[in-house]
Amino acid sequence: MTHRSSYFILICLTVGFAFLYIPILSMVVFSFNASKLVTVWDAANSPTLKWYYALFDDEEILDAAWISVKVAVINASGSVILGTLAGFGLARFRQFRGRFTLNAMATAPLVMPEVITGLSLLLLFVAMEQLIGWPAGRGITTMTIGHMTFSMAYVTVIVNSRLATFDTALEEAAMDLGARPLKVFFVITLPIIFPAILSGWLLAFTLSWDDLVISSFTSGPGSSTLPMVVFSKVRLGVTPEINVLATITITVVTAMIVGVSVWMARAAKLEKSAA
Amino acid sequence: MTGRGLVVALPYFWLLLFFVVPFIIVLKISFSDIDLAIPPYKPLLEWIGKNSLAIKLNFNNYAFLFTDHLYVNALLNSIKVAFVSTVLCLLIGYPMAYGIARAQPRTRNILLLLVILPFWTSLLLRVYAWIGLLKANGVINNVLIWLGVIHEPLTMLFTPFAMYVGIVYSYLPFLILPLYSNLEKMDWQLLEAAEDLGCRPWQAFYKITLPLSRNGILAGSMLVFIPAVGEFVIPALLGGPNALMIGRVLWDEFFSNRAWPVASAVAILLLILLVPFMMWYQSVQSRESAGAR
Repeated sequence: MTHRSSYFILICLTVGFAFLYIPILSMVVFSFNASKLVTVWDAANSPTLKWYYALFDDEEILDAAWISVKVAVINASGSVILGTLAGFGLARFRQFRGRFTLNAMATAPLVMPEVITGLSLLLLFVAMEQLIGWPAGRGITTMTIGHMTFSMAYVTVIVNSRLATFDTALEEAAMDLGARPLKVFFVITLPIIFPAILSGWLLAFTLSWDDLVISSFTSGPGSSTLPMVVFSKVRLGVTPEINVLATITITVVTAMIVGVSVWMARAAKLEKSAA
Repeated sequence: MTGRGLVVALPYFWLLLFFVVPFIIVLKISFSDIDLAIPPYKPLLEWIGKNSLAIKLNFNNYAFLFTDHLYVNALLNSIKVAFVSTVLCLLIGYPMAYGIARAQPRTRNILLLLVILPFWTSLLLRVYAWIGLLKANGVINNVLIWLGVIHEPLTMLFTPFAMYVGIVYSYLPFLILPLYSNLEKMDWQLLEAAEDLGCRPWQAFYKITLPLSRNGILAGSMLVFIPAVGEFVIPALLGGPNALMIGRVLWDEFFSNRAWPVASAVAILLLILLVPFMMWYQSVQSRESAGAR
């Protein structure tokens, strides 16, 4: 690259990352601000942890967080099973009836606007309740089903692309040596795609933990998730507690992402030295 | 059923039941009458007499969408907002993806991590952060007043400007990531060859890099444009009461007016509009992964 164009790229990167990170950093900084006005820095009494204590005293937020955790864990585990099956099928079975449909159905939720998915799921649940009496009312079950439907699409893509870059020779060798397909899957394939499955689980958890629109459509009375409570609080005005919530979220996510990527880099290095 | 069949049957039937069948129900309800009951619509099929089944298709919901200008305007405005946001994302995201792809491997991984990180942090909370930055006594106004650039706070929150900022900010990683994975596979020697043959850097970029990254540009743009058309959270929090976006209209019809048939008709209309783009995305994706093998 010439000097002039590399300066241009450097400036673009700096401005771009500043744009991505200034809002995030501002929430972290103002979570320690004493003033209730949130964005006006009260220099005399800050930094303070008072909003951190307030957050952990807020029953409404804690209850909602507990519901969100339950939905997110069940969703992540279910999506990983469904998504791994779909990703494995699409990557390893070249030809089967319904391949095109499965591929289309598994990737469409990635781009489908959430209001459409949410509305259609709710109408399905209402129609099913009229027809067969299940699900009786809406709540954690219906929300989890809704979340799994779009989360599994992400897991499918991750598992599929991991399998696409991975040679089938090992699996074939095991088959030739007489291992049954199920054993090949658990002994050879599963350990190889495990990093993909783990990141799929974490992503599915995060997607569910963050979701507002599909939850709002498919939840019932008494089952408000954390984003639903945050949304109603934010609509009434900015509250300092939300900055605290954001800071905690950012810390956890950063620790998780850095941890996983260090672990994955190490695993990739081991794989390379073994080969 | 064979073992193979069993593997794909579970996700297949799950998606069929919870992703495809719901659209058929939405289509059905978009043709039914609104009713003051629970659920608030009338059935399409009705037994009249002993052996005759009447089907009542009601096109009023659709006729209503086209007579009241609100809906058509919201749809057009959503397309405009999504399109402009996509272009802005490209202008900001392309140089970033390019810079990341050309960085040293070690720096590259760190930069990629920095793009992925906001994507994992709650969208709702990141949109909320902009309220704190943009409002009248918010961070940006305070800084500008302190610097003496302005004397009166600027009105930024609850304007179209705030909505664009929110959408570009939230969707930028979705554009950078596919574009990066496309640019990463590029053979940079082509650029050197072009420059050796007397091409200027900008010419080489325009004639080589840009055409070769076409699939990455298209895939990234679709990942921004399609969901942005139906976006609800960002216009609701940053756009103010006048931000007319179709996702918000659908939400209000459903939650505030309890007009389920009208909301369904809006959803069908939006879907008809977006399906061609989704199919385009799918074909770009399969071309891209075929090229990778």
